[in-house]
Amino acid sequence: MKYSYYPGCSLEHNAIAYHESAMAVANKLGIQFAEIDDWNCCGAIEYIAVHMLPSYALVARNLAMAANQPDTNRQVVAPCSACYLNLSKVDRYLADSPELSSKVNEALAEGGLNYEAGSVHVRHLLDVVVKDIGFDAVAEQVKRPLSNLRVAPYYGCVVVRPGFREQVDDPEYPQTLDYLMKELGATVVDFPLKAHCCGGHMTQISQDVALELIRRLLQNAADYEADAIVTLCPMCQLNLDAYQENVNRHFKTDFNIPILYFTQLVGLALGLAPEQLGIGKEFVDARPALARIGQQQIEVGKSDSGSSAAAQARKPARPGRSSALPMPRMPKENER
Amino acid sequence: MRNPNQERVGVYVCHCGSNISKTVAVADVTEWAAQQPNVTVARNYEFMCSSLGQELVEQDIQEQGLTRVVVAACSPHMHEKTFRNACGRAGLNPFLFEMVNIRELNAWATNDPDSATSKARSMIRGGVERVIQHQPLEPLPVPINPSTLVIGGGIAGITAALEIANSGHHVYLVEREPSIGGHMAQIDKTFPTLDCSACILTPRMFDAGNHPNITLMTYSEVEAVDGYVGSYRIRVRKKARYVNEELCTGCGLCIEKCPGKTVDEVFECGLGYRKAAYRPFPYAVPKYPVIDTENCTYFQRGKCRACQIVCPTDAIDFEQQDEMIDLDVGNVVLATGYDMFDARRIPQYGYGRLANVFTSMEFERIVNAAGPTGGKIVLRDGVTEPKSVAIIHCVGSRDKNYHEYCSRVCCMYSLKFAHLVHERIPEAEVYNFYIDMRASGKRYEEFYHRVLEEGTHAIRGRVAEVTDAARGPDERGKLIVQAEDTLVGKQRRIPVDMVILSVGVESRHDSSALAQLFGLSCDFNGWFTERHPKLDPVLTMSEGIFVAGACQGPMAIPETVAQGAAAAARVLSHISQGTMMLEPVRANINAVQCSGCRICNNLCPYNAIVFHDDTQVSEVITALCQGCGACVSACPSAAISGAHFTTDQVMSQIEGILGDIIPLELVTA
Repeated sequence: MKYSYYPGCSLEHNAIAYHESAMAVANKLGIQFAEIDDWNCCGAIEYIAVHMLPSYALVARNLAMAANQPDTNRQVVAPCSACYLNLSKVDRYLADSPELSSKVNEALAEGGLNYEAGSVHVRHLLDVVVKDIGFDAVAEQVKRPLSNLRVAPYYGCVVVRPGFREQVDDPEYPQTLDYLMKELGATVVDFPLKAHCCGGHMTQISQDVALELIRRLLQNAADYEADAIVTLCPMCQLNLDAYQENVNRHFKTDFNIPILYFTQLVGLALGLAPEQLGIGKEFVDARPALARIGQQQIEVGKSDSGSSAAAQARKPARPGRSSALPMPRMPKENER
Repeated sequence: MRNPNQERVGVYVCHCGSNISKTVAVADVTEWAAQQPNVTVARNYEFMCSSLGQELVEQDIQEQGLTRVVVAACSPHMHEKTFRNACGRAGLNPFLFEMVNIRELNAWATNDPDSATSKARSMIRGGVERVIQHQPLEPLPVPINPSTLVIGGGIAGITAALEIANSGHHVYLVEREPSIGGHMAQIDKTFPTLDCSACILTPRMFDAGNHPNITLMTYSEVEAVDGYVGSYRIRVRKKARYVNEELCTGCGLCIEKCPGKTVDEVFECGLGYRKAAYRPFPYAVPKYPVIDTENCTYFQRGKCRACQIVCPTDAIDFEQQDEMIDLDVGNVVLATGYDMFDARRIPQYGYGRLANVFTSMEFERIVNAAGPTGGKIVLRDGVTEPKSVAIIHCVGSRDKNYHEYCSRVCCMYSLKFAHLVHERIPEAEVYNFYIDMRASGKRYEEFYHRVLEEGTHAIRGRVAEVTDAARGPDERGKLIVQAEDTLVGKQRRIPVDMVILSVGVESRHDSSALAQLFGLSCDFNGWFTERHPKLDPVLTMSEGIFVAGACQGPMAIPETVAQGAAAAARVLSHISQGTMMLEPVRANINAVQCSGCRICNNLCPYNAIVFHDDTQVSEVITALCQGCGACVSACPSAAISGAHFTTDQVMSQIEGILGDIIPLELVTA
C-alpha cells in the first residue's frame, strides 16, 4: 500500500534537496509514495490570515484528491512542517464544524470534488520513518555510521506542537529526532532550543527580529559544539542556512554551521551517495563537517572556543569518588 | 404479602426550612396523604429532624398506636438513623420506618412546583406501600478484637499507633522500609516554626519502637486481607533482612566493613550513597541493619561475607527467608503516605539533564546537616556555593497536564527554602516563582512576610522553561529561568546558579493495589476516599478500616498528626464498645431453594459467600455481607433474599410510586 505524498512548494524549489533525499531514503527503506496528482499550494502561513474560507478550500482540495487516490493507505505524508500543519488543521476544523465543511464542499464541488473530514490521516515524514518503519529497522540498514558527527536536532515550532489528530512528540522537549540520529551513530548534543522558533517569515517582515531568533539557535548549537544542525522543515533550513551570512554580518559573529535535512543524514548512514541526497545545494557548505564522519574521536570541550561554559555545564557522569553529587537516574536512552 | 389493613401508618412531611416547601406544596401533600388507605395520621413540620419534630413521631406512635412510620424529608444518608432512633425510643422496631427523599430527589431537582408536588405524592405512596411490607429486624452484634493494625510508619502511623498503645491496647505497626519515620525523617526543618524535623520526630519514633504494646514490623508488607470489622485476619510478609534481630546489637560493624556501595535512591533521593548492608539513617528505628541483596557482593558473586566475619554476635544470616505472619486484628488504620511528583515528567524544567536543577526533596537532603553535603548548600559539583537560587512552585500541581489539585505544602516549604538559603548564604539572591501564594495556616502568612522581609524576590508567574541556552554573556554558564511576570506583564529571564523544583505530592504509585486488598475506593487521583469529606474524614466506606494522613490527600504535618490521632480515637471507640452493632441489611440464602450453581460465589465483592461441598449449597457469612444485593438479583432460583430489600418490599414501593400512572390493580395483575 502506498502513502499519498504531498511535497509542497518548498520541496520543488529551495528545498529540493529535502525532496531528493526523502525519495532516496524512502526507496531504500521500502516506503512507497504516490504523489498527489495536480496538488496545489497549502497557503503556507499567511494566506489563512488573509482569506480564511478560501484558504481552507485550498487545502481541502489537496485532501479531497488524496482521498480519491487509488491504491493508497489514505495517509498523506508531508515532509514540510507548514504543509503538515495546514493539512491536519483543516481536516480537524472541517470535522469540528459541519457549517465550514459544507461551505468548503460547495467550493470543491465547482471542481467536481468533495471531502469528508477524517477520510485521510495527515502524517509528517519523520513520524512515518520512526513509527511505521521503526528505529530498529533503520538501525539495521545503517551501512556508514555517522560516528564522530555532532548533530543538534532541530524540530522547529510546528511539528511537535499540540497535534490536531495526534501528538507527534512532547511539545516542550521532543526526542524523536534525537533517537533517530543516535541510531545512525551520530553524537547528539543537548540542544535546549530544539523546539523554539526559527523566525519563520519574519525575515521578510522584520529582519531584526528574525536575525536575533536565528542567532540564538546558531549560538546554542555552537555552544554545544555541534558540527551540523539537522532539521525536518524547509522553513527552518532556509532561515538558518540562507541567513547565516546575514547573522554573521549583523552580529559580527562567525558561525559556520551547515544545516541539513534529517533525510540527508539518514541517507548518508544508509550508504547513499551525497549527490543522491542533494548534499552540496546548501549555502553553508556541509562537506567539511561531513568529512569528520568516521574520523577519530576528538576530545571536545578542550578547545578554547569561548564555549567552555556550555562544555562545563554538560552533565557529568555519575561520579565515583569525587565530592560531586550524583545526577538523577534517568530512563535508559534505548528505552524510547 | 402482609395484610395492609392491619397496619397503622403515620406520614410526616418536612418543610426543611424552605428547602422542600419552596417547590413542594407541603400542606396539600399532607392533606392528601391523610386520605390515603392505611394512613392513620399525616402531619407536616418545619424541621422534622429537630427534637420537637422527632417528639411528634414518638407521641403518635404511643398515642395513636402507629405500627409504621414514613418520613418524607431529606436523604436517608442524613437522617435515617435519627428517625429510626425516634421509633426505637417509642417502642417501635426501628426498621418499621421508611425515609422518603423528597429533597435531593425532588425539591432540589426542579423549579416546577406542580410536578414536584405530584412527584412527592407518588414517592410518599411508594414509601407507605413499602413500609407496610417491612419486617422488624435486629442489628447484628459482632465482637471487636482489641488489637489494631497500623500500616505505614510515617508520622501519621506512628501517632495513631502510639495513641492506641498508650490507652492499653495492642498495635501492630507495619512499615515497608527498613525504618519507620517516613518522609518527615528526610526533612530538615518544618515550616513555619523552623524547628528541626528530626528533633521532634525521633522521640516519637523511639517511643513507637520501644512501646510494650506495639509490635513493630519494619521491612514488611501486607499481602492478604480476610475478615470483617472486629475480626480481620491480615497476612504480612516480613522480608528477609539477613540480620537476626534477636542477636543483632545494632553496633554497625557490618555496615562499616561492607564493601558494596550504592546510590541511596530512597532516603537520600539519589544524592548520597549507602552500603549494601545499611541502616537508612543514623537514628533509624529499629536499629537493625538490612542487607540489600542486589548490591551485596556475597549475593551477587558468592563471596565476601565481610559482615558475617566481623559481626560480634553472629547475627548475619544469609539463609534467612521471607516470613509470612498472620495477624488477628479488629481494626485497621491505613497511613501509607504519598509519593513526590517525578520532575522528569516536565522535561522543559531540565531535571536530570541540567546538573544544577534539584527537586525539593533533594534540597531537603542538601540542607540537612545529616545529609550528603553535611548541610552545606552547594551545586551538583559538591563544592560551589550558589549565589543565586530560583525556586519554582507548583511543579506538577495546579496543572491540567499533571495534577489539577494544589499540593498544599509546596508554597510553605518553598518559603522555608528561601529562608534557609538566606540564612546560610546571606549574599545569595533567591527568587520564588509562584502562581498564587497559599499561606493559609496557623502562622503561615506571618512566615511569608518574614521571608519577604529577608529579601526574597517573589515573582508571580508560572515558569515556561529552565535552560542553559545563553542569549548573552551575562547568562553564560548559568541556568536561565524564563517566566512571565504576571504582575508586571513582562517576560523575565533570570540567570541563576541553582534551580529548585517544588514538586507536588501524589498518591502512592501502588495505592490502588492496597485499596483493592481492603476493598476501598480511591478517587481520580489515587487518594483513598473517606466516608464523608467533612463529617467522617478518617473512616472509609468499609467499617473498621480507617485512613490517616497524606494517603487521603495532600496535607502538612499538623493535619497529618491530627488525623492519626483522630483515627486512633475512632478505633478506641470501637474497642471500648467491645461489640459492634452492624446493620441487619444482609443477604440470606434459603438452603432448600439453593441449586448450588455457585453463580453468587464469584459475584460477591466482599467474599462473603461460601460454598459447602458436603451439602452442595452456598451460604452467606452474615458479618462479611455488606448488603449490596448483587447476589440477590443474580440468583436464578430466587433463593437469596436481602433483608430490608425483599422482593415484596421493592415491588410494593414501585407499585405505590406508579399508582398515579397505572391503576394498582393493573400493576399487580
